[in-house]
Amino acid sequence: MIEVLEPGLSTTVQDTGRYGHYHIGMPPSGAMDQYAHTVANYVVGNDEDAATLEMTYAGPDLKFQEDAVVAATGADMEPKRNGEPIPMWTAVQVEAGDVLSFEFATEGVRSYLSVAGGIDVPEVMESRSTYTLIGIGGHEGRDLEEGDELPVGSANGNATVGAAVDDGHVPDYANNDTISVVMGLCDYRLTDEGREEFLGTQWKISDEADRVGCRLTGPDIEGMFEEREQPFGAGPDPTNVVDLGYPVGSIQMAGQPIILMRDAVTGGGYATVGTVTSIDRDMLAQARTHNEITFEAVDVEEALEARASQDEQLELIRATFLE
Amino acid sequence: MTERTTVTAPMPGVFYRRPDPDEPTFVEPGDAVESGEVIGLIGVMKNFHDITADEDGEVVEFFVENEQEVDAGDELAELEVS
Repeated sequence: MIEVLEPGLSTTVQDTGRYGHYHIGMPPSGAMDQYAHTVANYVVGNDEDAATLEMTYAGPDLKFQEDAVVAATGADMEPKRNGEPIPMWTAVQVEAGDVLSFEFATEGVRSYLSVAGGIDVPEVMESRSTYTLIGIGGHEGRDLEEGDELPVGSANGNATVGAAVDDGHVPDYANNDTISVVMGLCDYRLTDEGREEFLGTQWKISDEADRVGCRLTGPDIEGMFEEREQPFGAGPDPTNVVDLGYPVGSIQMAGQPIILMRDAVTGGGYATVGTVTSIDRDMLAQARTHNEITFEAVDVEEALEARASQDEQLELIRATFLE
Repeated sequence: MTERTTVTAPMPGVFYRRPDPDEPTFVEPGDAVESGEVIGLIGVMKNFHDITADEDGEVVEFFVENEQEVDAGDELAELEVS
């Protein structure tokens, strides 16, 4: 059992996500930075689908009521065990009675804490991920609060205390300002100049950016759109279209652009002019409020190559912890 | 000579000097504060983090306006330690 002494700003239980229900309007939820979540699990000998804690900007204080092997990855929140600093991206032994504490992230946004055996909250629709908007999954469907107790699953014994991820596999969260995007489905609604402006703008991440949507602020977007007659079934705003499904990572043009993240609505009537690649959604999850980002158009092939190359990298990392 | 301490923003967001738009400010310059007392909030991702005085003392001045954007490390207020 892990007892929450201080919850931090927003700490939730997350796994790889809740899949197979998108058609009924259920978004996947799951770790916003899947790379950091997955590596955290590999470091302690778990499979990638074990649940971790996702911490945001300010981490929690946690008291362990049993011995455990843990690893912190993602944004560095200066983790400490009983007040003594412990390394990130490394399997660390904690003993019953130990307190793990986290500070504020100075680069990046989200840290992940894995525990050998995983955070063993009940599955809801085959996933332990928290979806706070409707209050399901994770611990009682919400952010952790003081006094919560989290069960830990049985460890498989594969963890090697002290084993660490090579520096070459640790991302640099200070330089994540170029975000790859596959244009479409509704980029046909943009003028040539509008498309150029969309891709040429430095968009600022709003303070409202969260697990639902990464809200951006920048120039007026209506001028980027072709004039048209309002089609039957579409709303009156020039950025409205007849309702369609929204891919995770798609950029919804609703007043200003909103990149739909893992807790977002699954469909609606705003033009989605591009989709952020899965790899760069991990980077976006670590991009801080008020930072500026620029979109770079890539084609589907390039996006798939980037994903394949990251999959290879993850396989390499996994192999080093299986030895 | 009196000792002064500066309260800085631990995270980016929007700084609020009131708990709610219709409520009075937490504190004003000249007010006495105790260590741990809330003097403002930083809102990010629709979550709010308390900004507290780290020592007993008196508020000298605020460096940022209510609802102003702040980044981590920005100076928020100055306190005179008692």
